[in-house]
Parts: sequence; structure tokens; C-alpha cells
Amino acid sequence: MSVVQAAHHTLTPLLEMRGISKAFPGVKALDQVDVILYPGTVTALIGENGAGKSTLVKILTGIYQPDGGEILVDGAPVEFGNADAAIRSGITAIHQETVLFDELSVAENIFLGHAPRDRLGLVNWAAMNARAAALLTSIDAPISPYTRLKDLSIAHRHLVAIARALSVEARVVIMDEPTAALSYKEVEDLFRIIERLKKQGKAILFISHKFEEVYEIAEHFVVFRDGRSIGSGLLSQTGQDEIVRMMVGRSVEHVFPKVDVTIGNTVLKVSGYSHPTEFDNISFDLHRGEILGLYGLVGAGRSELCQALFGITRPSAGMVELEGRPIALHSPRDAIAAGIVYVPEERGRHGVVLQMPIFQNISMATLGKTTRAGFLRQAEEFALARRYAERLDLRAAALSVPVGTLSGGNQQKVVVGKWLATRPKVIILDEPTKGIDIGSKAAVHAFMSELASEGLSVIMVSSELPEILGMSDRVLVMREGRMAGTWRRDELDAETLVRAATGNV
Amino acid sequence: MMSRILTYRELLLAAIIIVLIAVFAYRAPGFASPESLANIFNDTAILIILALGQMAVILTRSIDLSVAANLSFTGMAVAMMNAAYPGIPLPVLILCALAIGAALGAINGFMVWKIGIPAIVATLGTLTVYRGMAFVLSGGAWVNQTQMTPIFLDAPRTSVLGLPVLGWTAILVIALIAVTFTRTVFGRTLYAAGGNPTAALYAGINVGRTRFFAFMLSGALAGLCGYLWVSRYAVAYVDIAAGFELDTVAACVIGGISTLGGIGSVGGAVLGALFLGVIKNALPVINISPFWQMAISGLVIIIAVLFNARQERRKGRLILRDAAKQRPSLVNAQAGGAAA
Repeated sequence: MSVVQAAHHTLTPLLEMRGISKAFPGVKALDQVDVILYPGTVTALIGENGAGKSTLVKILTGIYQPDGGEILVDGAPVEFGNADAAIRSGITAIHQETVLFDELSVAENIFLGHAPRDRLGLVNWAAMNARAAALLTSIDAPISPYTRLKDLSIAHRHLVAIARALSVEARVVIMDEPTAALSYKEVEDLFRIIERLKKQGKAILFISHKFEEVYEIAEHFVVFRDGRSIGSGLLSQTGQDEIVRMMVGRSVEHVFPKVDVTIGNTVLKVSGYSHPTEFDNISFDLHRGEILGLYGLVGAGRSELCQALFGITRPSAGMVELEGRPIALHSPRDAIAAGIVYVPEERGRHGVVLQMPIFQNISMATLGKTTRAGFLRQAEEFALARRYAERLDLRAAALSVPVGTLSGGNQQKVVVGKWLATRPKVIILDEPTKGIDIGSKAAVHAFMSELASEGLSVIMVSSELPEILGMSDRVLVMREGRMAGTWRRDELDAETLVRAATGNV
Repeated sequence: MMSRILTYRELLLAAIIIVLIAVFAYRAPGFASPESLANIFNDTAILIILALGQMAVILTRSIDLSVAANLSFTGMAVAMMNAAYPGIPLPVLILCALAIGAALGAINGFMVWKIGIPAIVATLGTLTVYRGMAFVLSGGAWVNQTQMTPIFLDAPRTSVLGLPVLGWTAILVIALIAVTFTRTVFGRTLYAAGGNPTAALYAGINVGRTRFFAFMLSGALAGLCGYLWVSRYAVAYVDIAAGFELDTVAACVIGGISTLGGIGSVGGAVLGALFLGVIKNALPVINISPFWQMAISGLVIIIAVLFNARQERRKGRLILRDAAKQRPSLVNAQAGGAAA
């Protein structure tokens, strides 16, 4: 792989991060990354979902402390014990989903936590509103400081967030996917503001998936992959192809032992499936023994599509046929009865009841099988749980211990066991290996192959390209709620998928 | 967790109760005699039954503040029925009490399930409404001992093996509820729906309907207690059991029923109620004023909540750690939200 060395720059760096590492139990989120920001310059941070971008932002804003490495501001090492320390060093972030307060006024939002005070220590409202108005004018935001935030559009909320960032005399402004929810026109406005910030000598770290925007606004780039900084340099000297390769580049075949399975008849047929706000006109077939990869950026509507297929949300149009018969999916119960199950992404939040014992979690979706006349039959529950625990190689002291005491990988097995116990025809796996270590990943992939070879049809939502490329028989790419295309296994290549998902054709 | 009969925490609570009894017995000999203990249990029977209903509701992450008002209305209703038609057999009256109570509970449950009103608001409303209904029903009048039939009054007092039927009723309810909570699908869904409503929904459990039935159960038990209360104190008036709903919540909290839902055992709720019962009975015996009783009960509740909060915080960290393991970016985003 090619590593572009950071080009020599005549400016002295405003902020340097050297060899920053951060590990979470079971996963290394950042491994010795280097990022350098120059005054008056926009640096784009590029990487797949889960590459470690957000962790870096949290370290820069003092929410996480790095395990190793150092941060230098103006060449002097600094440590951010908390968010306040980072703000005092002049580093501020505008988050993906702006974190503001609906019921407060624009001025209050801008100055929350550092409102100007009068001599008695009370809030100096006149000064606060005047300063808010001045800040808003400085970024050409046509917003009154007195307006309540809930009355503003999303684009205007972003402007308030930017004003808030500037209100603390920020020298480094981090923008985490600031354009995700903005229209074309609003993005233009945002870029004008960024240009102005550049002129004021601020260093900007710009995180975006959209190459078009990155090339328009940024001068430098850093590419992250799997928690490492893979390359950095000047965008004017680096082509899109090269950046895509840096994002993706790794040999895929060895990590993902997809076993070839004979694909059978159509099991699930989805036609014209639409949701009022999340996705539109999705159609696909899923065959027996097939693994369908569902790829796209975060927010492309993949999880929402799966939740509709599981009866959690109602579609506004379209139809689902299972083995040739149209089925109505009004609740998860309907979906489970029909043979469609959904293993959600956030295991702790959606998958398991942490304080319940393992066996009760495994039997939760199949209570009808282990009961008689409304009474639970504990022996049968245990037998069921034991069967799936053995099959999934679940490691636990006993099946009666709470799931909360297990590791993430074993919790995942409990969730999968619960769903296999329902004997499904279609299993939807939402980010099945997110945040688990490479060994467990291999086990999950081998297991998916096994399920497929037993005739189960799998829909796998994943944001990890290697996983999508390695495991899928077919890939459906979604972009902004719509189908960007489907590809067969033999037509797949990483760059095509990234282009389809990001809209860079 | 649920399969074990007594957890460490419940053993601790039981030990505290025993120590309390021993201390009181030292100051007031005879306090620990079998008759006295049976009397304390009998005195606490109604609180135990109500606390078990409350527990069902709390397990589903809700709260029922209307249980005492329900008790008052239902008690008034069956007392008036008994006074007006002395010929109605007692079992029919008891069934009526259960049914009226369940209906009032169903109103709460319906508001929470179908209209989506937060339980604390819905039952705060019905708390007032049900008492008001009791007033409208009775016109503010009392139903006195002389107006009730002897069998209506005597049934709960009849002593069987040294314990009045009232006490036996509590034992029966404890047994039925214990079986329901640990051995039936309904019981399991209570824990699942409260422990993680999203996971329960994903597993095909109807969380709203589970809540509805929890409120109905709480209401039915409150209705039963309406009869028991009126009969035991031989009088029915609008203000009976005023404020008692807080005692039921206190019993649950002391007994380790998590107000965040999904955690708690029948044994815990019963011990929580017994703890309050022992304090209430013991303090007058050793000449401590009733106002001190209230202060001490309150203090104990705060200590119990602190105890719970500590346990839940530990649990919270575990979730956070696991979540961080799964997707650092999400936890970061939330932490960022809190910090920004």
C-alpha cells in the first residue's frame, strides 16, 4: 500500500497529535495515529465507519484520555483531563447531531456554561444577547438570538452550533460530518463560513464521507483505517482513487472464509418497500442459503429497512412475500411467527436483558415452546438454552448467570441463540461483528457460512467493506434511503461499492 | 437471580429485621413472642398484598400511585353493598372487590398503554379521581360497624392456627404471586418488559399490554385490600388508607425492587413490607412517638434508595463498558453530548 507522506508545509502546526492510541476492552480503537493541523487550513479526516474517527474527536475534546501518545498545541504538550480543559485550550467540536437545547433561546444555547455575568454573578442578558447577535452576524447567520432553538431548521441549528463553537474563542474547530443533514444550498453556506474561519487562522478538522465536499473545502487529508493513520498529505496531489484504496486496501480473501453454498429458490421477495421518511422503493429477492450484504453509509436507511422487515416500523408502501405468500408484518411477533428474525446492532440496548439469566434470554422469543398453559417449564428452558449455548460455543460459568456478566462476544452469542431457537427462515444480522475482536469475527463469519449452508437466508447489514466483500453472495447498496444498486459476488469490488454508497460515480 | 429464593440482599434485609425484633424484644419483653409476631404479620398483611401489586407495576418501569385511592373506593363500594343488601354472600362481595379494583387498575393501564400518559401522571390523576368517586358514591357518609353484617366483619379476623385469616390471605397472595412471577409467561414478560423494553419488543413481547396487565393486577389486589381494610377496621369512609400508596412504594424500594424496572423479587417486596411493619409496631411499644416513626421510616427509605442507587450505578458502568466495547463511537457521542 502506498503511504503519502505529509507534504512539507511552511506553516508551523497549530495542533499535533503524535502516536495517539486508545483501546477499549476487546478492541483497539486507535493505534499510534498521527494528525497534524495547521492554522488557516482545513484537514479532512477520511475513513470507513469504525475507523476510529469519532474516538479521535473525543480524545481531542477531552472526553476520552488517550492510552498513549501526546498532543501538542503550539508545540507545547497538553493534556485534556476533561471537556472543559480542551475548550480552554481552544479546541471545540461541532458534532454530527448537534447537541443543543430545544427549549432555550439561541443566545442561551450559544453561551450555555459560559454566559457573561454581571457584578452580582447573575447572567447579564443584555451582554449575552448582544454578543450572540455579533457572533451570528460574523458568520452571516440570519438568526435572532432570542429565537427558541426548536423553531429553527436543522441548517440553522448547525449555524448556532458553529456560533457556540466560536463563542469560546476556538482556535481548532472540529466538524464531525457537518453536512450530513444539510441540503446543497446549506452546504454552500456552511463552506462560506468555513472559508471565513480559515481566514481568521483557525485550524479545522473536517470529517466527511463525501469526497466531493472534501476536495472542495479541504487542503490536507488524513486517512484512517482500522484505528491507524494510513496516509496523509495534500489533496491537490492525491487522486480520489488513491484515497479510496487507502480507505479499503487490504487483502480480503483470507479473513473471511465464505463457504460456497448452492443458492436455492426465492425465500423472501420485497417489492417497492417504502417508508415515509427513512427509505424509498426498495426491492430485492433473497434466496435460500444466500447471504445478502446490505452496504451503505451510516444513515443510509439500512437499519430502518431491516426494522420494517421485522415489523417494528410500518412501511408506507410495498409488499413482502415469504415463500410466495404475501405476509403482513405489524409487529415483531408477526415477523417471528413468519420466520424472519432480526439481530440488532446494539446488543446491550436492543438484544438482551442484561440482568436476566442467560437461559431466560435465550428462551425469550420462544416462550410458547417452553411453556404449558402459560406456565414456564424450566427444565425445557434450560435444555433449549443448553442446546444453543453448546452450538454457539457460549462461554459462561452457568446458564443461570445474568447476561450482563458476559463479554461482548458472548452476549452476541446469547442474542443469536435466542433467534436460532425460533427456527427462522430469514435472519437479519445488523452489524454482526461491530466492535468485536478479529478472532471472534472469524467465528461469527464461519457461523454465518454454516447457517447459510443449512439453508437459512441471511441479510447482513455491515459498514465494513472487507466483511461485505468477503461474506456476501450479493450486495445491495443503499444511499440516502434509496437503492444505489445490487451486485453479484463475482462483480464485486471495493471501489464500486464505495462510489455507490458515497455517490461518487 | 429470580430462580434463587433469597439473594444476598434479601438475607441481609431479613437479618436486619431479626436484629430489630431482638433489640425491641430486649427493651420490651414479649415483643418477640409468637402471638406478638403473628400480630405484626397480620398488621402488615394489607401492606404486603398492596406492595406485591405495586411490584408488578414497578417491574415494568411504571408506578401506581392510585392503589390507596382504589382501596378506598372499592372498600366503600363493597361496604355499601353489604350494608344495603346484607343477603349478598361474602364470596360474591370479594369477587366484586377484585373486579372493581381490577377495573380501576385497567383504567390506569389503558391510559399508560394506549394513550401513552406517563404512569406517574396517570395514576396521580386517578389517585384524586378514585377518592373523589368514593366521596360521590358515599356522599361523604361513613359506613359504620353496625351497618355491616357480622360475617363481613368477622371473616378476616377468624383465627386459624394462631394466625387470623387476614394473615393467611397475605400468605396465599404471596404464594400465588411468587408462582406467577417466577413460573408463568406473564411473570417472565414483566421482567423482560421492564428490564429492557426494546429487547422485549424485539423478542415479540407486547410491552404496553404487559404494563396494562400489571396495572390490572395491582388494581385487583388493591380492590381485595379494600374489603380487607374496611372489614378489619370495621368502618368505611373516604379517607381510609390516605397516603398508603407511598408505603407500598417504600416497601418495594426497601425490598430492592428497582424503580428502573426489571429487577426485584417477591421475597424482597415482602421483606420490605415486613420491615416497615416491624418498625410501625415496635416504636410505640418502646415509647417512641409516631412522628419519630415517620421520620425513621423516611430515613430507611432514603438509605434503601442509596443502597439501590449504588447497586444500579455499578450495573450502569457495566453496561457502559460493554457498550464502549461494542461501539466506542456511540458512547463517545453520548458522552460528548453530556459534556458539550
